[in-house]
Amino acid sequence: MRLIDRDRRSFLKSCVAAPLAAVEVPQAKPGYRTWDLHVHMFGFAGATPEELIESLVRFADRMEVERWVLSNPLHADPTPEQFRDANDAVLRAIKRAPDRTLGLVYLNPNHLQASLDELDRCVRDGPMIGVKLWIARHCNAPELDPIVERAAQYQSIIFQHTYLKNQGNLPGESTPSELAELARRHTRAKIILGHTGADWERGVRSVRDLKHVTVDLAGSDPTAGFTEMAVRELGAERVLYGSDVGGRSFASQLAKVLGANIPEQAKIDILGGNLRLLLAPIMRAKGMRV
Amino acid sequence: MIIDTNVHLSRWPFRRLADDEPGALVTRLRRHGVIEAWTGSFDGIFHKDIGGVNARLEEDCARYGRGLLIPFGTVNPTLPDWREDLRRCREVHHMPGIRVYPNYHGYTLDDPKFTELLRAATDSGVIVQLVVQMEDDRMQHPLLKIPAVDLAPLPTLTQTHPKLRLMLLNGFRSLNGGAVKTLVNAPGVRFEFAMLDGIGGVGDAVEAVSANRLLFGSHAPFYYFESALLKLKEAGLPKEVVDRICQANARELLPR
Repeated sequence: MRLIDRDRRSFLKSCVAAPLAAVEVPQAKPGYRTWDLHVHMFGFAGATPEELIESLVRFADRMEVERWVLSNPLHADPTPEQFRDANDAVLRAIKRAPDRTLGLVYLNPNHLQASLDELDRCVRDGPMIGVKLWIARHCNAPELDPIVERAAQYQSIIFQHTYLKNQGNLPGESTPSELAELARRHTRAKIILGHTGADWERGVRSVRDLKHVTVDLAGSDPTAGFTEMAVRELGAERVLYGSDVGGRSFASQLAKVLGANIPEQAKIDILGGNLRLLLAPIMRAKGMRV
Repeated sequence: MIIDTNVHLSRWPFRRLADDEPGALVTRLRRHGVIEAWTGSFDGIFHKDIGGVNARLEEDCARYGRGLLIPFGTVNPTLPDWREDLRRCREVHHMPGIRVYPNYHGYTLDDPKFTELLRAATDSGVIVQLVVQMEDDRMQHPLLKIPAVDLAPLPTLTQTHPKLRLMLLNGFRSLNGGAVKTLVNAPGVRFEFAMLDGIGGVGDAVEAVSANRLLFGSHAPFYYFESALLKLKEAGLPKEVVDRICQANARELLPR
């Protein structure tokens, strides 16, 4: 039985304003100003970057997400042409919704010079505000050093995916401990531990002593206790809300903050305040509203 | 108002959970408009004295959430005299349903013991909640790596037990999973969405299994309860669909 009209306009019109009025749905309060650190360009309707971003806006509006940081890692070990194409899609998305969309430039340390050139194109000369590194190379490799140094020079953030899987990581997939090695070499860089390693009880510990490293809540099950442990061990100021949409939902990841037993101010900081502090210098330098 | 079909009491052995004290859990459930929570026990997964587990579950549900916490006892068909546990669930504790954890209890769905259990459960009229997994198997404690239940035999079993009232808990990691596709047409099977993720995922689940077979499930206190609520909000479903998922489908499965 087909109960949902997939034509989005009629579908949205069919939605009533308060189907959950009888229950208390946790709301992102006005003071929260939710900024999502970790969003991708798949998992929702749209064939072009412009269409995808329009779909994303609808879900983000519903979930009261004010802004999001977009990256587009389509290939595990991309050629320069592939990562340039991926970044072009992000640039198009930014252009479509410039007041909502921030971008990370996807790079590959296995193509160092091309990555540095792309960093210049998208961050120094373009609107992007950070670097996305995924699974092309373990992040403790020295080849990352020039990228991190230049990203730090531009005051941009460096987002490194990390994971810890029982079944073993993918080739080139970094662990939180490897990120800690990188971070110890770059104490002035704004380094973010992507997913907090997903196995967050180990991930949090890996960067506990590295005050310049922040952690990303995104992309794992909404297991109770994650946010409380991160706040206890790192301080709320080092914890960032992210979702990993569209592999995940805004919903499951917002629950990690809205459902956590932490002070109200910590929720405000995690949902957006901390990210704004990290991004303020580069955004202001680019003339962007923070 | 919500009927939450996927709640546990007691302690998860590998971490403390914010609401693993029943009073705290009940407070949170009530605050969010839950009027009924179908409740199992984490102890049922790990203890061999299932009779004791189920007796405590009934007692705790009554003490901390009478009328709210509805106990669903555990039955482990690999234990001697498991039929007595099933009988007590129904006749002593007056439980409307049971939970089974095939992967944690070490049997597969094509095991004749499971077939026997389904037959006995059908005869006694209890709802069977089959827990497909408890957590992401990539992040499990190294001493307890338990893969999700292989659901492949289930369509055949549901056909041979047409009166069986079966519900899958934590069955959605992805709507692309082959197991779900094979079960869409199986009679009598119902689903909840605690482990379903992806943007607007509940709307996709409605399309996949129909609004009549999808029930609200939070997997609290293992998960933040708010995750399930926010997923409903994100899906932006029409009111009549939300009502079905939050209450009507559960009420049809378990009339009160």
